[in-house]
Amino acid sequence: MGMARTADQERGRIRQSLDRIWHSRWLLGAGLAAVLLVYAFAGESVSMLALTLAALFIAAAAWPVDQDKASADRAAVIEAGALKSLSGEYLAAAITDPLIVFDNNATIIHANAAATNTFRLATGMSLALKFRAPEVQALIERVLSGEATSGSVETSSKLPVERVYRMSVSAVGHDTALYLMICKDQSEARRIDRMRADFIANASHEMRTPLASIAGFIETLRGPARDDAKAREQFLQIMQDQTRRMSRLIDDLLSLSRLEMKPHLTFEAQVDIAKIIETVIASLTPQATENGVAIERDFSDGSFELAGNRDELFQVFENLLENACKYGRSGGRVVVSIRRSEGAAEPEIIVTVRDFGPGIAEEHIPRVTERFYRIDAETSHARKGTGLGLAIVKHILTRHEARLSIESELGKGAAFTVHLPVR
Amino acid sequence: MQPMHTVSAYDDELKYLARRIASMGGHAERMVEQAITALVSADTRLAQKVVRDDPILDESQRDIDEKAVSVIARRQPMARDLREVIGAIRISADLERIGDLAKNVAKRVVAATEGQQPVSLFRGIEALADLALSQLKEVLDVYASREVTKLGFIRDHDDDIDAMYTSLFRELLTYMMEDPRNITPCTHLLFCAKNVERIGDHATNIAETIYHIVTGEQMANERPKGDKTDRVTASLLLPK
Ligand SMILES: Nc1ncnc2c1ncn2[C@@H]1O[C@H](COP(=O)(O)OP(=O)(O)OP(=O)(O)O)[C@@H](O)[C@H]1O
Ligand SMILES: [Mg+2]
Repeated sequence: MGMARTADQERGRIRQSLDRIWHSRWLLGAGLAAVLLVYAFAGESVSMLALTLAALFIAAAAWPVDQDKASADRAAVIEAGALKSLSGEYLAAAITDPLIVFDNNATIIHANAAATNTFRLATGMSLALKFRAPEVQALIERVLSGEATSGSVETSSKLPVERVYRMSVSAVGHDTALYLMICKDQSEARRIDRMRADFIANASHEMRTPLASIAGFIETLRGPARDDAKAREQFLQIMQDQTRRMSRLIDDLLSLSRLEMKPHLTFEAQVDIAKIIETVIASLTPQATENGVAIERDFSDGSFELAGNRDELFQVFENLLENACKYGRSGGRVVVSIRRSEGAAEPEIIVTVRDFGPGIAEEHIPRVTERFYRIDAETSHARKGTGLGLAIVKHILTRHEARLSIESELGKGAAFTVHLPVR
Repeated sequence: MQPMHTVSAYDDELKYLARRIASMGGHAERMVEQAITALVSADTRLAQKVVRDDPILDESQRDIDEKAVSVIARRQPMARDLREVIGAIRISADLERIGDLAKNVAKRVVAATEGQQPVSLFRGIEALADLALSQLKEVLDVYASREVTKLGFIRDHDDDIDAMYTSLFRELLTYMMEDPRNITPCTHLLFCAKNVERIGDHATNIAETIYHIVTGEQMANERPKGDKTDRVTASLLLPK
């Protein structure tokens, strides 16, 4: 760097001297003409001529009248130089929103880190091929055709996670044939509205049943069962279970809404999957013991660290392990295994939670991650299920770009496997 | 890499075709999305919009066909360029079909949302549509990136869509048997589910075409028949 700097300064000085000569070109021209005239008519010696010419040039280069203007020029040169050396790339990188520079073929010239990460773009790719939403296509078309120099639209995509962006496209400078696209994430604001609506819709739908049953029992308690101590105890127990279920439902719904609120994951540096699972096991052991289930570990050697969000991953394994203990109770044991994928193109950490209970019928397997999906509403209710656990799991895994696979054979148990990419 | 062309206008023509495909793809994705939203929320106005949008795809397909034929006639493309042009014709045909299927779903919105179908059915169709749409999105993303190695997950996804469709089919049958009044709306829902499943098939066709464009070979059809698994978010869903 230092070397380059002095070379630059050297070049700057030379340019300055040349500039001065240029500024005093008329004076120089007149002097030159005068000297040549004297030479032609007076027949002076050649060396004398050379000397005079040299003196003239030096005087021109050091000419003081232009000094002020020259220094101002120089300042401008230096300033522009500072901006120039600050390459567009650095500028783009300093912007936290996705920013893409493209040419008049809509080919990507540069995408900053935010753009590369959020949209998985690469230089040379066609912007128009990647952003296919009709309104964005129309916007790109309008600016490229020169119909408008800039414009912006709001666009939303649903998969893999819902997102809303305001995309602005504008031409860079005059006739540079370069264009700029900036994407502002509006998801949060929009999602809050959606969340409210969803929450109310889901909650009211799912609360209706337990509320109706509680209302029914209250009626019975005040009427026919007023003096029946045994029935009263039993009904109160059921009512207590139902209220527990409702409060759990609210917890789950809130948890899901919160997840949807911030679709962008905040990765903590490295999290240790084995450690997380140990904590989950510790927290679920009382419940497992109560159910008569023993939790076994089958961890292969090595470390299981990856970039992820600890709290969310905790939730994933908690839900899976809890389900295994709840629904696979009859199997008497649950095995949690951790291993690393072998030979796959992308290294993965693979966690399997296996139980030996009744298993899940084939036709339900693809559906269990849907919200509120319960295979057997009766037993699930009895076990205080809300049908949101696996929906939460799915959501979190999507954010981690991980996937869940479920294998099961009726009567033999179920295995839930999480594939976490290590990057 | 791309062979060099002497005429850059030729390149521009190929690029034009690709961009038309992408914009058609964008329209098709949007139509499917909106048709499903209309169905799930019983939004007849949105459904009508989807039906109205369909001619855009028909028009685009005609345009792509004409352009492609004229490129073939004038430039007599070879090898990869030829595959690119023929591929554009095939992909646009699949996208046009996807648009038709979305339109068909939209047309059924009124009849399918009559009466009191359980919410779970609509959630099921939505989940099925999410799978099909992810498939379509991923495939079109590969059309942009040309990273055909990412197409490996397509087969798995086909399986997921099949499994989900089968499950929905059974559930629908159960409702029909429970109460004869359910038969008409459930039949419409069944056709909607079938249409969504076929949208997934067309996405797979497009994947095969892209694979052929880029490699000149057919995508391997053989695959080990795995377990019935629910690959929630195969890494496929997320463009990499
Ligand atoms: N290991 C398992 N074996 C058998 N069935 C299971 C298993 N895990 C989940 N299921 C079924 O899948 C359904 C959905 O599970 P999910 O965890 O989403 O909800 P839940 O357990 O009912 O409620 P929540 O977890 O919110 O308390 C359950 O109701 C149950 O029928
Ligand atoms: Mg659960």
